[in-house]
Amino acid sequence: MGHKYTGRTFIVEILAIALGLVFLVPFYYVVSNSLKPFAEILTNTSALPKVFQFENYVQAFEKLDYLNVFTNSLIITVSSNIVLVIFCSMAAYMLVRTKKKISNVIFMSFVAAMIIPFQSIMIPLIKTAGNFGLLNSMWGLVIMYLGFGSGMTIFLYHGFIKGIPVELEEAAIIDGCSRFGVFWRIVFPLLKPITVTIVILNSLWIWNDFLLPSLVLQDPELRTIPLATFFFFGQYTKQWDLALAALVLGIIPLLIFFFSMQKHIIKGITSGSIK
Amino acid sequence: MNSQSNVKEVDGSVIVSETTKHKTESKPFLSKKKLKNAGLFTLFVGPVFLAFTLIVLIPFFTGIYYAFTDWNGVTGSVQWVGLDNFKYLLFEDKQFHASFILTTKYTVVAIVLTNAIGFGLALLVTQMLKTSNILRTVFFMPNLLGGLLLGFIWQFIFVKGFASIGELTGIPLFELAWLGDAKTAFWGIVIVSVWQGAGYIMIIYIAALQNVPQELIEAARIDGANRWQVLRHITMPLVAPAVTICLFLTTASSFKIFDANLSLTNGGPFKSTEMLALNIYTEAFVNNRYGIGEAKALIFFLIVAAISVLQVTISKKREVES
Repeated sequence: MGHKYTGRTFIVEILAIALGLVFLVPFYYVVSNSLKPFAEILTNTSALPKVFQFENYVQAFEKLDYLNVFTNSLIITVSSNIVLVIFCSMAAYMLVRTKKKISNVIFMSFVAAMIIPFQSIMIPLIKTAGNFGLLNSMWGLVIMYLGFGSGMTIFLYHGFIKGIPVELEEAAIIDGCSRFGVFWRIVFPLLKPITVTIVILNSLWIWNDFLLPSLVLQDPELRTIPLATFFFFGQYTKQWDLALAALVLGIIPLLIFFFSMQKHIIKGITSGSIK
Repeated sequence: MNSQSNVKEVDGSVIVSETTKHKTESKPFLSKKKLKNAGLFTLFVGPVFLAFTLIVLIPFFTGIYYAFTDWNGVTGSVQWVGLDNFKYLLFEDKQFHASFILTTKYTVVAIVLTNAIGFGLALLVTQMLKTSNILRTVFFMPNLLGGLLLGFIWQFIFVKGFASIGELTGIPLFELAWLGDAKTAFWGIVIVSVWQGAGYIMIIYIAALQNVPQELIEAARIDGANRWQVLRHITMPLVAPAVTICLFLTTASSFKIFDANLSLTNGGPFKSTEMLALNIYTEAFVNNRYGIGEAKALIFFLIVAAISVLQVTISKKREVES
């Protein structure tokens, strides 16, 4: 592009940085106050902590049962991703390669259901889920994420698989490879770029989801990070020292995820939104 | 018929081409090959379709049925009441009306602000700034956190942070009890959702802006167009498809807002900031009036569906035009 860095650009830059700082102000308040004793939060909210003390974190960590809660979130997010990727890629592949009416009907029903808002399903879902023993179990929740995530995941896989030439598979079949083998050995490895996008989009959604797990997981032992944060805030209202430390503990895993996958996340969002 | 099966073969479906070959050899109604293919189809599509049916389809359709009943979720008795629930919602449920109007108002404000700020941020970081990459990250970061955590973060900002800034600067805007008053609490929710959504929308606008050919802009500049004219007559028309996408993305997400609403104000003070999704939730799981909750959910669905259908038609139309 070869633009010169002019005085005007400099002014724009200053403005942009100021705006960036405004965006960061809430994080500053939460993090700096989470390191203060309670009295100091009330008297000196805006200042940096006089002494950095991690006492709040030690307490919040224990009271949140953080290790357990973190593990729950991790198990649920990882297993949901695994089942979504396996079953949706298989289904999308078969739906693309079987040129029959039924493939179209099934595909369209997955896509059409994407517009149903969760609130329109949740009430009967909780009842049906009770009948099938899916309530109060992580596996029940994972099956629900498979159901809710299937629309978008199949949609993205379907679009991608349509662009893969069929000749490769034909050659493998002539060589005596089974359909199952063809899919897992030849097609699935080619799906890697879209799989990365799908895993990122689904991970952010599932990790942050609050409403569904709050309806499904009643046992405190099973709580995820958003659930535990919610109950913690309810229990320690106005006890900002503990609440803020708990909040930061909830934010940290997301930041680590973001900074280790930044490029993929930005790419995933761009390609995922322009469907 | 013949030409059709040829097309299918060219299209490349291994299954279809094999079955058609088989057909010419023998004519049993269900050949072995066909059975095997049906089995494979079920094996590949079956598991996720089963989960989808169980989790999405069945609850969705039974939900429509429950909207016409007096189901309370606790006792087993479910009585058909016809249109009573809808009549109640239409003529009596003042809170539902208030939530509906509030959600519409909120959606309009959130769409305009999120898109305007998101577009502005995209323009900013696509200038040749030295800090472009860092700023992109900063603007996007709030989007990572779910609405629940964001609401709690801002609860602290509005309650303690603003008070402290007000004390230090004496600006009256910061001295208000933001979450204690219906009007400011509404704007509180708007601020949180714009803070979260602008960075997301920015990412999409950045992608669109980067596709605008630089030569066009330079040519216009040489011809004497000023920055505003370039933006108005060259950049804006070229990013119009992205604008459509972003408008609908923000419409759908704003209309369905729940998490931030719950964690920031929980509908308060006195239910004055209770948006539709929260209203449905309260009706069903707090008041235990599942039938009425379902009727609300059905209306909610129809609105969201109408928005989505409109979106698809408009983007299809645009595709044809271009």
